[in-house]
Amino acid sequence: MHCIVTGGNVKVLAKAVHSLSRIGDELYVEPQEDGLALRSVNSSRSAYACFLFAPLFFSRCRLHSVQSVFRSLTTLEKTVEKCHIDLDKQKDRLTFTLHCKHGLLKTHNLSFQDSESLQAVFDKDSYANVFRAQPRLLVDTVVHFPPSLEEVTVSVSDERMWVRNHVEEEAEASKAMLTELCLASDEFDHFAAQAHNSVTFCLKELRGLLVFAESTGLPVSMYLDEPGSPVVLSVTDSVLEGNFVLATLSDDPSLRKNSTHKTAPPPPDDFMNDDMDSFLIAMDTSIAPGPSNTGPPPPSLSDDTQEEETDDLDRLPNKKVCLRFLRKDGGVLTVLSKNTPYVCRVASEQTTETSGTKACTLKQIFN
Amino acid sequence: MKFRGKIIDIACLNHFTRVVTTISKLTKMCVLRLTPDNLFFVLSGKVANGGVSMWCELSQANFFDEYQMEGVSSEDNEICLEVTPENLSRALKTVQNAKAVKVKLTKKHCPCLTIAAELPTLSSVSRVVTHDVPVDVIPRRLWHEFKEPSMPDFDVSIYLPPLKTMKNIVDRMKNLSNFLVGVGQEVKLTLHQALELCGKSSRDPESLVEARVDIRRLQQFLVGQQVNPSKAMCNIVHQSVLHLILLHEDMSLQYFIPAVA
Repeated sequence: MHCIVTGGNVKVLAKAVHSLSRIGDELYVEPQEDGLALRSVNSSRSAYACFLFAPLFFSRCRLHSVQSVFRSLTTLEKTVEKCHIDLDKQKDRLTFTLHCKHGLLKTHNLSFQDSESLQAVFDKDSYANVFRAQPRLLVDTVVHFPPSLEEVTVSVSDERMWVRNHVEEEAEASKAMLTELCLASDEFDHFAAQAHNSVTFCLKELRGLLVFAESTGLPVSMYLDEPGSPVVLSVTDSVLEGNFVLATLSDDPSLRKNSTHKTAPPPPDDFMNDDMDSFLIAMDTSIAPGPSNTGPPPPSLSDDTQEEETDDLDRLPNKKVCLRFLRKDGGVLTVLSKNTPYVCRVASEQTTETSGTKACTLKQIFN
Repeated sequence: MKFRGKIIDIACLNHFTRVVTTISKLTKMCVLRLTPDNLFFVLSGKVANGGVSMWCELSQANFFDEYQMEGVSSEDNEICLEVTPENLSRALKTVQNAKAVKVKLTKKHCPCLTIAAELPTLSSVSRVVTHDVPVDVIPRRLWHEFKEPSMPDFDVSIYLPPLKTMKNIVDRMKNLSNFLVGVGQEVKLTLHQALELCGKSSRDPESLVEARVDIRRLQQFLVGQQVNPSKAMCNIVHQSVLHLILLHEDMSLQYFIPAVA
C-alpha cells in the first residue's frame, strides 16, 4: 500500500503532523473508506486529535520519527515537490520518500507496529452550542493567557463567550492572577448558543490546532456541551477534516449552578466481556518494545483495593475528565484519568453515578 | 481607598509596560506606592534580597490620561500595595494594541489591581480583557519602611558607560567569583584585569575608593534594563554601598547594592 502527497499538500500534511505531535507522542495512521486518518492521543487520554485525509493504509509508528521527517516547514515548502508514503508490512517499515528539487530524493525509513484502531466517540450534531470563527480570533484570545496555563474555562450565553483561566480551588486561589476575556457573538462567523454552559478544558493541547488553522487559514468550528462532555474543535476543507477532542472537567462545583445535568445514555452491555481486553492489551504491548515515555506503568492493583477505588472514584467527578473510545467490535470504552490514570471505568448495568459506569481494576481486565 | 487610572496613548502604554517589565526583572515582589502625583516601585533592603534596595519614581502625568485616587485618609493620602510586578508586566504586555487600558484597585476574591483593556475589533462591540492581579495592602504602620532613600554621602561619583557595554563585561566577569569596583583616577573593574572606563573623581587621586559587591546583583540590575537612560551614574561609598542611578525621560531608578566584606 502506498500513497502520494504532492505540492502544497505536503506542507499541509507536515503541519498536521506537527499539531498532532503537540497532543501525544505516537501517531496512529489508519486507512478508512473515506480516507487516511492520522490520529494522536495524550497519555492521560484527555485529549485526542484526528486528521482525515484522502488515501489508505494502516499502521502506527513513533510520531517523533514522523515529525522529524517534516521538521523544517520552510525548507519543505521550497524544496519538496512530492511525498510518497509506502508501507512495507513484511519488513514492518513505513517509508517517506520526499521528492525534492533538482532530482534530490530523501528517504526516511521508520519502523512501525500494528495496533488496534483508535477512534474517539463524539457526535458533533448532538452538541447544543456550535460556533465558528476565523483562527485569528482564537489566536488573539489565547495570547492573553500564559503559555504554561493548563486549564481554561469557556462560558457562553446568547450573545457572548467568556474565556478565563481556571484555578484549582485547593491551590493558592487567593494569589493567582485571573484573566478573563469577553468575545461578542458578532466576532464569530457563526454563533449558536442554545444552552448556557461553562466547560473547562486544557488549553495547551488546543494550541496545536490553532497553529495549524492559522497557517492554513481555515475557520475553526467549536462544539460545546455540558461539563464532562468533551469539547470538539474542527477544521474542514475539501480535502481534509481535522478534529480535536478535548475532555472537560465534569461536575465542577463552582459551575454547578450554571450547568444542567444530563444522564449519559448507558453504554452497550457487551462491555463486560473479554473482548475488551484486546484493546487495552494491544495498547500495552505496542508500547513495550521501544522505549517510550507515554506508556502507562504496569498496574499494581490487587482485587482487595477495589473497595478503596470505588470510594476514590466517588470523589472523581469533582476532578478529572473522560473521553470515550470506540473499540474494534463497536463497543465503547471510557477511560477516566485522575492521579492514577490507569483505573478504567467499565460500563455496567449497575449504574453508580451519572455516567453510568463503575470501576474495576486493571488486573481484572488483563486477566 | 480608591484608585483608577486610564491610559489611552499607545506610547505611554508602551513606556509604562517597559517600566513595569524592568522592575519585574529586578525583583519578584515589591511595594507600589500611589500618591496623587506619583507612582513609586519600592524595594526595601532586607536580608532576603541580599540587602539590595530599589526606588523607582514615575510621575503619573507622564503615563496616565486620567488618574484618580483616594488614599487611606486625607492626611495620609496614599495607597501602599505589595505586588508581584511580573503579573502586572504579563497583563500589560498582551494589551499593547488596546484602545484604552484602565488600572483599578478592586476587591475580588482579595484586593486586586485590575487591568482592564478595551481591544479593537472588527465588530461593533469592543473586546474587553481583564486581568485581576492580587495585591496585599500594606498597613500605615509599616509605611516608614518604604520611604524615599536619602542620597548617601558618597566618596566618588562616576558616569557609567553604555549599559549594554557594562552588561557584556559583567556577564563575562561573572565567571570569576568576586567582583571589585575600584575607583582611582580611572575606574577599574578588575579581578585580575584592569579595564578602563571614563570616570570623574572628587577625591584625592592617590587614594582608592572601593566597594566590593556580589556580581550577580549587578548583573541582575543590568539584565533588566531595556533602554539606555539619558543619564546613568554610580555613586560609591567606600566599602559600604554601590548606588546606581538611572535617569530616563519619564522615570528615575535608584538601585543600592551593599558592599560585602
